[in-house]
Amino acid sequence: MERVSLDDVRRVAELAHLELTSDEESRMRRDLNAILDYVAQLGELDTSRVEPMAQVSEVLIPPGEPLSEKQSVLREDQIRPCLDRSLVMASAPDTDSVFFKVPKVIER
Amino acid sequence: MSITTTAAGSIGAIRSALAARETTATALTAIYQARIADEDGRIHAFLSVDKDYALAQAARIDALAAQGDPLPKLAGVPFGIKDVLTLEGFTATAGSKILEGYRPPYTATAVKKLADAGAIFLGKLNCDEFAMGSSNENSAYGPAHNPHALDRVPGGSSGGSAAAVAAGMAVATLGTDTGGSIRQPASFCGVVGVLPTYGRVSRYGLIAFASSLDRIGPFAATVRDAATVLGVIAGHDIMDATSSPLPVPDYTAGIDRGVQGMKLGVPKEYFAEGLDPEVRSAIEAGIDKLRAAGAEILPISLPHTRYAIPTYYVIATAEASSNLARFDGVRYGLRAPQSDTLAAMYRRTRDLGFGAEVKRRILLGTYVLSHGYYDAYYKKAQQVRRLLTDDFLAAFREVDAILTPTAPTPAFKIGEKSDDPVAMYLADIYTVTASLAGICGVSVPCGQSKAGLPIGMQILGKHFDEATIFRVGHALETL
Repeated sequence: MERVSLDDVRRVAELAHLELTSDEESRMRRDLNAILDYVAQLGELDTSRVEPMAQVSEVLIPPGEPLSEKQSVLREDQIRPCLDRSLVMASAPDTDSVFFKVPKVIER
Repeated sequence: MSITTTAAGSIGAIRSALAARETTATALTAIYQARIADEDGRIHAFLSVDKDYALAQAARIDALAAQGDPLPKLAGVPFGIKDVLTLEGFTATAGSKILEGYRPPYTATAVKKLADAGAIFLGKLNCDEFAMGSSNENSAYGPAHNPHALDRVPGGSSGGSAAAVAAGMAVATLGTDTGGSIRQPASFCGVVGVLPTYGRVSRYGLIAFASSLDRIGPFAATVRDAATVLGVIAGHDIMDATSSPLPVPDYTAGIDRGVQGMKLGVPKEYFAEGLDPEVRSAIEAGIDKLRAAGAEILPISLPHTRYAIPTYYVIATAEASSNLARFDGVRYGLRAPQSDTLAAMYRRTRDLGFGAEVKRRILLGTYVLSHGYYDAYYKKAQQVRRLLTDDFLAAFREVDAILTPTAPTPAFKIGEKSDDPVAMYLADIYTVTASLAGICGVSVPCGQSKAGLPIGMQILGKHFDEATIFRVGHALETL
């Protein structure tokens, strides 16, 4: 079954800001269809009563004790030093040392 | 070529030799640097090496030793670091052209903890691009080779980390594991590789692939050394909200207590079709040894195992498509020249910078998250992730640890699977389950094939129960 058409590949590539050659487009179409055929077996499972699991922390129960409030991921909001700007800007491809410089932004 | 895993190269032996002034960290570092110079042309485990940096670290350890000061836990131990982890002063390419030459301005927490414990950093290690792969063939800088057979892969994605230890070019290394990327190369290269519980080691400074799955862990020649390293890098970190505040035990304290009276589960789903017969017999022989040593071996079932690979490839690619959005040519790394507009610059930069597997996974992840497919793929995979996790939680009510093969085959040949993504994904069939469930695991050498290729046993443990899997692993390697 053809799940992903060439148009689908082009649409997803545009969403992901990827530029593909026509060779790459047909290769990706072939590969995505092969992978999604394999993924389709998940449909065998009835998950209508199963809560989605996004994070391991949802089920983390340390040996012998339930997860306590203290183990919550929230911390105090404190002001702390961050990296020096000049260090960070040194990695940028184009900068005036205060801002990142980019080509002009226009409607596509 | 000889594979060095002698006691002389172990963490404990190095520390006592330094304390007794029998050798110096400088001399030891020079030995490992010479070994890299001799061997790595063939193996290609290292992507960058900085001799002066390592020798300066070694000189500081020697100064401590000369004063008779107590030496830190990893004093003088030569390490290599997977190139997806940041270390200020070194490049961090993540095996990708899009980060070629990138020098991060900060150091990953796990790496910083090694440095504070006296470790010596020899260099950064080869891996699949953005840790996406099972063979190291997706490295933009060329594959690493298996030290046991140079025409074979070292496994992946942390192939360089495993190969460096196996070839005696480092005493221990750090790797990362999202779906098997520490355990599978450890198995292929005949070394120990640890997947710590999700949240045990801070991910700060790890170039992200799939944030709900990514973990940092050690490789070493022995379970004891790996346990020592985990004890150093584990612990809460304010810079990673998912890192756990649970105290870090001394993982080596009870390591030699044996397996007498332990209940070890063997899941039938991991011994089904697709398992290489030589791997099966090696793992069964290892299980027999543990039984003879007093463990109670119990057959168990993890019924949703066959759904783990499709679940993993939906979740991991979805998260990857989001994480890799940051590589846009603006703040760091590659920028495609001469683009007229910002949008064109994004597209051309990502086209030039990303390899085929990374593009494939970004496209798949974007597809499964896109309008109209989210429920069918992404939400469905998250639901099956819970079923897979519940399988383990139920099993661990009956057993202390679970024994499986780490990989269905020994190391395969370079090029053998590189044109078939689904075949490559199946190399992770026994490792992705623990990744999705967040539990801990270790791959320990357990015999070899007739051709002399290493085979690894995977020992899986409860969340935050690394001490138990180290105890079983240590028993296995010393029986």
